[in-house]
Amino acid sequence: MTALEASGTGKGPAADVIAPAAGSHPVTPATSNSRRDNRRKWIEIAIFVGPALIVFLTFVVFPMVMAARYSLYKWDSRQPFELAEFIGFDNYTRALIGGTDPETQEIFWKAYAEPFWNAVGNNFQIIALSMLIQLPVAMIVALVLNRRFRGRSGVRLIIFAPYVLAEVTAGLMWMMLLDPRGPITTMVQSIGLPVPSQGWLEDPTWGFWTFFFIVSWKYIGLAIILFLAGLAGVPQELQEAASIDGASWWQVQWRINIPLIGPTVRVWAFLSIIGSIQLFDMAWVLNKGGSTGQYSTIATLMVDIGTQRNDGGYASALAIIMFIFSMTAALIYMGLIMRRDNTSSPTGKSKIKKGV
Amino acid sequence: MATSTIPETRTRRRSSKARTQLTGDSSIYVTIFVALVAVGLTLGPLIYLALGGFRSNAQIAADPNALPDPWVWQNYWNILSNGTFWRFTFNSLVVAGATTIGVVALGTMAAYPLARYRFRGREGIFVVFTAGLMFPLTVAIFPLFLLLQDLGWVGGYWGLIVPQVAFALPVTVIIMRPFLQALPDELEEASFMDGLTRVGFFFRMILPLAKPGMVTVGVLAFLGSWNGYLLPLVILTGRDAPTTLPLGVTQFQGQNASDFAGIMAYTFLAMIPALVFFLMMERRIVDGLSGAVKG
Repeated sequence: MTALEASGTGKGPAADVIAPAAGSHPVTPATSNSRRDNRRKWIEIAIFVGPALIVFLTFVVFPMVMAARYSLYKWDSRQPFELAEFIGFDNYTRALIGGTDPETQEIFWKAYAEPFWNAVGNNFQIIALSMLIQLPVAMIVALVLNRRFRGRSGVRLIIFAPYVLAEVTAGLMWMMLLDPRGPITTMVQSIGLPVPSQGWLEDPTWGFWTFFFIVSWKYIGLAIILFLAGLAGVPQELQEAASIDGASWWQVQWRINIPLIGPTVRVWAFLSIIGSIQLFDMAWVLNKGGSTGQYSTIATLMVDIGTQRNDGGYASALAIIMFIFSMTAALIYMGLIMRRDNTSSPTGKSKIKKGV
Repeated sequence: MATSTIPETRTRRRSSKARTQLTGDSSIYVTIFVALVAVGLTLGPLIYLALGGFRSNAQIAADPNALPDPWVWQNYWNILSNGTFWRFTFNSLVVAGATTIGVVALGTMAAYPLARYRFRGREGIFVVFTAGLMFPLTVAIFPLFLLLQDLGWVGGYWGLIVPQVAFALPVTVIIMRPFLQALPDELEEASFMDGLTRVGFFFRMILPLAKPGMVTVGVLAFLGSWNGYLLPLVILTGRDAPTTLPLGVTQFQGQNASDFAGIMAYTFLAMIPALVFFLMMERRIVDGLSGAVKG
């Protein structure tokens, strides 16, 4: 504990050295005994932050650390962990290349690495398709809807509604709709188009695309709503000035609106990437990622191995790999955010001071 | 400031008139068309689901794309008159409610010193919480299960509530800290001059003023808990476990796989609470989601 911190008061202006504009008269609750006040302050901090920190460390950080540890063991999770055997990074190499032992590599490649890379491929395909399909579609919808018309708030409300539904209920609904004898199949048949014989979700090629469609249905509303919120913050004067100067609707969007909501797009992209890496509920509800893993994700593979095959070590290794992916995405995002904040903060601060 | 607002509004009013003249009515049809398509794609499946619950399995088998004829109330009635659906809803409500209270209380408390005290290690603690964003529940699910097993919380309320609070804390702290930081320093100064202590300031000033932020994080926590699936799936084993609604839906589907109409009715009923909650809290949810990562 570093209780020797000089400034004993709260974030009042008296102690706040970086707020010279706010006047320089020291006003503190207890100026008489700074040392006692200092101890009191630390007790307060402990009481306020302590409970949250303890809960967080116990139920978030500790399990993460344990996952890293389990991932180094060969462990049948039906048995106590004491019986597990330390095998180093074998679980990881099995996932990545089918293990280092040339004798078993071929078998392990089929059993471990193939489903793993299939799942990783699905996760990354969903990320790529989100950026290539969801982003442009959501952008166009948001730009077109970004004007006054009757029932605008109702339309927004409806578009966003799927986002708040539980993945389970939305997934089951689409399972009903996409049933081989269900409404969508018969509708497609009635206009004379061929339908996949094993059903939409079970088809080797259609399965993944069907799944991506369902995921898009569920999540594209978030993109549209976030973009609309961003567009509402674009000053109208800019658009008017441009259109007075003869810019077409499309030029106004392309040169003014889209660049100015860049930060919003970045926020969405981050949410989307993290969500895609951790995608589980929807894929699990729809027949656990498909019977041949057409749309299995790292998370469904992990839960499948952990609960059906009881391979605690390997499941933990998959968890850690998933964590590494998430962390990489988060670090890249934080880098972007910080660069943005560094460039924009001086103006933001001066604005606040002026307002005061 | 007060003087500058008047001309500002005047120019805005004038320019918005120019805007309507410039853009005219030419593209309003595009807007309406896109709006109708989007609404149709969103509502269509939900309406089909709701109507499907009013049909019998024989009707659905004969023609999947038809209206109920005659309307069958049996599916919905069977579910609503059976205690399990209500029990699942109650369980979800208890878990989501307790999670929300826990997150808002712990999160606001933690955010207060992180926002308004100056002490060494403050940024470090904040970074620890923000790093939590990278630890999704999915990643930690097995060790978490073992931990809860050791605590004897598997198959009970606590096993759901406490981990959900823990995993919702990062977002809460990230939203609440800037919110509390934005409260003017003059307020604190004046309170201290009036003899309020820092703790007194928290209860008298912070809590009332932070209400909008608390509602936002509370709504997000409630929704996350209400829709949660993986944790209940893993934790709620055993006969007496308090099954939550998402898990209950999949159980019903598993047990009545051929009862299409029943599944549709059940699924639709399970959606209604979330939709009602959303209608009441739409603004907060959008604000929270867009604020969560920007903060």
